[in-house]
Amino acid sequence: MEITVDGVAVQATPGEMLIEACERSGTYIPRFCYHSRMSPVGMCRMCLVEVDTGRGFALQPSCMVPVSEGMKVSTESEVTKKAQDGVLEFLLINHPLDCPVCDKGGECPLQDQTMAYGPGETRFVEEKRHFAKPIAISETVYLDRERCILCDRCTRFADEVAGDALIQFMGRGNHTEVNTFPDEPFASYFSGNTVQICPVGALTAAPYRFKARPWDLTETLSTAWVDSVGARVAVQASRNRVLRVLGADADAVNWGWLTDKERFGFEALNSAERLTAPMLRDAAGGGVSEWQEAGWGEALDRIAGAVGAVPPERVAVLGGARLTNEAQYMWAKLAKGVIGTDNVDAQLGDGLDPAVVLGLPRATIDDACRPGGTVVLIGPDPKEELGTLYLRLRHGIVNDGVKLIEVTPCETGLSHLAQHSLRPRPGTAAQLVSALVAAAVGDGFEAGSTGVDRSEIEAAAQCLAEADDGVTAVLGRASLAEGAEVVEAAAMELSALPSVRFLPALRRGNVMGALEAGLAPELLPGRVRLDGVEDEGSLAEAWPRRPAAAGLDAASVLRAAARGDIDVLVLVGADPLNDFIDRDLAYRGLRGASLVAAVDMFLNDSATLAAEIVLAAAGPTECDGTFTNLEGRVSPMSRKVTPPGTSRPDWMIAADLAERLKPGSTEGLDSPQAIRAELARVSSVHSSLTEQALQENPVEGVLLAGAGATGKAGGWRRSGRPTMGRSPVGRTEPATGPAGREDLPEPPPDGAFLLVATRTMYDDGTMLRHCPSSQGLAPAASARINPADLDRSSLGEGAAVRVVSDFGHIEATLTADRGVPAGSLRVHWLAPGSPANSLIAAGTDVTAVEVEAR
Amino acid sequence: MDQQMAVNGYIAHAPGYVHNDGPKLITSRFTHDDSFTLARYEATGGYEGLRAALETTPAAVHDEVRAATLLGRGGAGFPAGVKWGFLPPGKHPYYLVVNGDESEPGTYKDRLLMERDPHQLIEGCLIACYALGLQQCFLYVRGEMALAQERIAAALNEAYEAGYVGRGICGTDFSVDIVMAWGAGAYIVGEETALIESLEGRRGMPRLKPPYFPAAVGLYGQPTIVNNVETLSNLPWMMVNGAEAYRRYGSESSPGTRMFAVSGHLRRPGVYEVEHGVTTFRELIYGDNFCQGIRDGHELKMFIPGGGSAPWFFAEHLDLPLEARPVGAAGSMLGSGAIVIMDDTTDAVKAAWRVVKFFARESCGKCTPCREGTTWLEQILRRILDGEGRPSDIDLLLDIGDNISPGPYPVAAHNGQEAVPFPPRQTTICPLGPSAVAPVVSTIRRFRHEYEAKITRRDPIPIEVVPVGASQ
Amino acid sequence: MTLSPANEALAAEIISWFPRSRSALIPLLHLAQEQDGYLTDDAMRHIGELVGATPAEVKGTAGFYEMFRFEPVGTYMINVCTNISCLLWGGEELLHHAAESLGVEVGGTTDDGMITLEEAECIAACTEAPCLQVNYRYRGRVTHDDFDRLVDDLRASRLDIPRHGALSAVRQSIPAERLAGVIPPEQAREAPVWLGRNDVEVAG
Repeated sequence: MEITVDGVAVQATPGEMLIEACERSGTYIPRFCYHSRMSPVGMCRMCLVEVDTGRGFALQPSCMVPVSEGMKVSTESEVTKKAQDGVLEFLLINHPLDCPVCDKGGECPLQDQTMAYGPGETRFVEEKRHFAKPIAISETVYLDRERCILCDRCTRFADEVAGDALIQFMGRGNHTEVNTFPDEPFASYFSGNTVQICPVGALTAAPYRFKARPWDLTETLSTAWVDSVGARVAVQASRNRVLRVLGADADAVNWGWLTDKERFGFEALNSAERLTAPMLRDAAGGGVSEWQEAGWGEALDRIAGAVGAVPPERVAVLGGARLTNEAQYMWAKLAKGVIGTDNVDAQLGDGLDPAVVLGLPRATIDDACRPGGTVVLIGPDPKEELGTLYLRLRHGIVNDGVKLIEVTPCETGLSHLAQHSLRPRPGTAAQLVSALVAAAVGDGFEAGSTGVDRSEIEAAAQCLAEADDGVTAVLGRASLAEGAEVVEAAAMELSALPSVRFLPALRRGNVMGALEAGLAPELLPGRVRLDGVEDEGSLAEAWPRRPAAAGLDAASVLRAAARGDIDVLVLVGADPLNDFIDRDLAYRGLRGASLVAAVDMFLNDSATLAAEIVLAAAGPTECDGTFTNLEGRVSPMSRKVTPPGTSRPDWMIAADLAERLKPGSTEGLDSPQAIRAELARVSSVHSSLTEQALQENPVEGVLLAGAGATGKAGGWRRSGRPTMGRSPVGRTEPATGPAGREDLPEPPPDGAFLLVATRTMYDDGTMLRHCPSSQGLAPAASARINPADLDRSSLGEGAAVRVVSDFGHIEATLTADRGVPAGSLRVHWLAPGSPANSLIAAGTDVTAVEVEAR
Repeated sequence: MDQQMAVNGYIAHAPGYVHNDGPKLITSRFTHDDSFTLARYEATGGYEGLRAALETTPAAVHDEVRAATLLGRGGAGFPAGVKWGFLPPGKHPYYLVVNGDESEPGTYKDRLLMERDPHQLIEGCLIACYALGLQQCFLYVRGEMALAQERIAAALNEAYEAGYVGRGICGTDFSVDIVMAWGAGAYIVGEETALIESLEGRRGMPRLKPPYFPAAVGLYGQPTIVNNVETLSNLPWMMVNGAEAYRRYGSESSPGTRMFAVSGHLRRPGVYEVEHGVTTFRELIYGDNFCQGIRDGHELKMFIPGGGSAPWFFAEHLDLPLEARPVGAAGSMLGSGAIVIMDDTTDAVKAAWRVVKFFARESCGKCTPCREGTTWLEQILRRILDGEGRPSDIDLLLDIGDNISPGPYPVAAHNGQEAVPFPPRQTTICPLGPSAVAPVVSTIRRFRHEYEAKITRRDPIPIEVVPVGASQ
Repeated sequence: MTLSPANEALAAEIISWFPRSRSALIPLLHLAQEQDGYLTDDAMRHIGELVGATPAEVKGTAGFYEMFRFEPVGTYMINVCTNISCLLWGGEELLHHAAESLGVEVGGTTDDGMITLEEAECIAACTEAPCLQVNYRYRGRVTHDDFDRLVDDLRASRLDIPRHGALSAVRQSIPAERLAGVIPPEQAREAPVWLGRNDVEVAG
């Protein structure tokens, strides 16, 4: 439709607000309360313009007026200017003139408006409104109520977007203030967004307070690295130091929002405890010597020497999800194409079979969130693990009629919004999904030992059956105490439904990039099976060799190492002691390997335990490359600062080792761009990843082949067996098919519980330990059981207990939790001092635990 | 004072109500001490209107109300029958919300209707629900009106017990619950969308328009009729006597009677039931049947014709009829039936300040011009009263007014233009902000010299102290 | 203090009358204020749980309304109106007299904890100016002497006025068999049965 803005005809989209239509056509209307990602409230009145819809011009807030055909708008009339000047003056009369000491100075919309259009002097001789100066409304966020102009952005965000209505308007009229309830801080995983969207300097975040001036900062667009959503960010630095990370508005991904972990995670990169150079020590004979700084040549020679001296199958590489796509490809090439070992795994027992993840039809975030769609969550709590995905899903459910069916062992952050929450007993998810699918297509079903009522299954199945617009499954590991096979089998069952698509919800950073690059056993770059590659072709040309035999996954690598069958174990950004699902096996594996080398930014617990060589790696803001998010969307990561000391990018370390082992094998691969070109050449999946495509989609990124509903994906068959693309990878059916399983877990014996281990947003991981703003945010270890179970127990709420399994124990505080079904016990993964992986043995589908007083 | 004492701390009789000789459509029971009981109500024709309605069709009841041209008594004066017609067909459930949050300065009639004749209001609610298919009724009483709450709660309990409210009313298939809700002290909640917010358990801040009428999107997003207490209290009489009879009172365009609270410097201030549209301000203020004139020895200086939000009137407006259109054309509004009379002892600046202070205190804070502007106006006026005024303050007051309520209205004060069409334009969300401008513009326009005198003398002007407790 | 069991039962009944429990928020806050004389943090938390709101939402809503108090107040709250109609008959002077004779600032509470003095906006008794309320019970045409006598009576407990927080002495109650039933908005519904009488009547 057409509207007239200041006499000029302009095209507008039906339904959009006037303020948007004007902005797109080049007329910026000043605003403070309006934010394109939140519902308009029309409160600040700054965007008043004269609008004529046929009955003469009248002042209207352009953020509240939808465009209509023939609408005439005057943004520069005298009446408009007078109204806007009036509002600006009203906003300023009680606003402190402390711009020189305000963090917002220089990037403050109120300051900008005032400088551009404001009066030279004030007519306000009265005393300004006073509040106590900044109050901490959370561990990280400070609020200066004198600066606040009550635009409702932060409060609206907290309530509407994050669902954490912990900050509110308090009081009334001229005494209105934003505040929290006494002793209930704004403890939201998303609190930092309020600082970013505050149009004045009322909200500031501790990591940036008084650190810099906007005009001193330079900025680059990049991608957040702490989880697999790949939220787009703007990384800002001054004097070679990252000082701030802001959310960038990628329509397909994060809409400008970030979790606080994504936003403040950069603090770890500035930590004084970063590794700055290679270090060596001698760990022969059980005792260890002190770490000694070493030159790169010496350290690399030592690793290359050790690798070159043993057969390829006695070398293993664990980790790599932290790396860029380019570094992942180089490590895959080093391990598989140069060394010749297939003992490579980027997942540490906490992921899923790549055949399932890469082989099932894929969905994008937009697919999952499309209005009226249906989402089945067989995976982790998005709020805890994939925060920005949680915000998108939440928006879809609350605003766009998305229906959520949860198949999770415990309550999640979305449960209160879910249409149906099914809580299968640990180990029985596949059986439940099988019943659900059968019920949805009208077949008979058995609820069996899932612990879920028939009626609940029927109700959820009804919802599934009505999902004529297709179903998106968000698929991942809800509980790390439950075997991956359980989830894989559930996925297979669900894939029997027509038009179901899968959005992988594996948390770990660039894990999807790692799988696509071949950092998994039996896999080569581009979803090609080890045994599916031909002897001729681009890969054969680019790689000197290929592994002779299928290799081991992380658990098998650690088992082999524990047996003494691994001589060189390279940890690339991996901390098996904390991250692998079986702490005891991790310990034995690390101890059993002859030489452990670690490539990392910090000396993590595993390296401290067992490594003899550590190589200092550059961080995510210190090297260029790309990132593949859970959708298969590739977006750039950009170097903003130089790495500390002599730290090197991971791709360079791999290249250096490869050159030592096979001179010439990395010829020409001297930049991420060159590596990307080779990746696109050898992998059909990456063929769309051209420099041009990346440049043309700087914000949204580029979807890899096979990603999303629009991409080319593997099909599905009624039998539930996924078929792969051109060269199928992995096993074509799970090791343990759910239908054929006879060993479904029994309810636990009296007094025992089935263990559920879930991740939390904040935990005792290495990176978070080095972020000052997340200090103390990791929840303390708790053993959470249903209140009914607690009532039956001789122990009381808050009792200090020991949670004991057949494999180990941890200490925790006994806590009643309605979100945990009776018979289950939930612990937080990697709680400080109580690592849950002490309780779990790799290869077991379920873990029974008991609780005893200590 | 002793004769005001009563059980449970309440004053027992209806203070201020004057039962004169004139038609009594809605205050007919006010003279009875037990007017609020079901026994008295039934003995005086109570619930006959409901029975009459139940014997006809809902559509016929609606037609009757439409034919009677029952104008809303909350302030805007919109015809209730037309408002009822805005309900979008088929979007059930519809709700009825009764606006008993009477708080407009000078307004004082809904409280009496709730305290003295709660069953009449309940019956009115039932008739409206029946006519429109409203499936639940929420009766929102102002928080500070403890006695009104008590009388309504008691009346509802009686009415439920007697089968007038709830399931199967009077043995028919008509079923509706009436639930009393009550506020907690916020003037703005009298605005219908703010009232709905409050009823949803939120801060009572007006909603943005569009949608313009709760009839389309109201309580819980459903079509909702919001009617004033007095409006609904007219329905029982109307159902018993018919629209035809109703139209015999008042004027052609404003039929029936209205309650007016007339306060201030009068011989007999009081709440009167007055024929709508035919009585003039002069009759009401000076008539023997009404207020009997300005208190002895004084002259009228100015008066507020329609509650604190209304621009002020002067002697030349006395012959206007009590009817919305002519009052609006003369630059003010009839509003909520509150007339405040100020005699020649009144300090115009101080009186304006007090009304502005009210609006500043009651601003909800949602939109900038009202939140900041009303407070600023109040501060400037206070400063002038304190002898700290500056010559530029008068223009500043008018310009702030122009930034809240832009256009001819504040500007008129500059050029001496008299009648400015009402309501004014606004940069605000709701009319509260412009309401604070009204007294400033009214007084500067007429009594600029009083402002100037205070500013130039730069010392507080002693105002004539009203003898406290003087006979009224 | 959280709501007492008796008040919690009352709260449940009130909540049951509304299509959405949040609508009961203000009535429940009054209940808490009646119980404790003001709103304690515990009560606000408790009410938040009952109606499904965060404590911040409860306090944010409560703070919008002037009657809700977050600190203890006197047994009796005296609200003296000084709005326009009362101003004309000495409301301001009455307030000053009250402050002076009680020995408190406006907004303050007497040392004995008996009386809190507040300036009120129009309380709808304009013809009875100057007027005031004691715990929301009206007094009209109050002279300075009347005020002093009132205070004496309050201090001597000669008046039958419940302490601050209690409003109506009668509560609405709906007998279960008389309840027509709550009509929640999300429950897509046909027109109520009686509205269909149109057709019947027209046909007949």
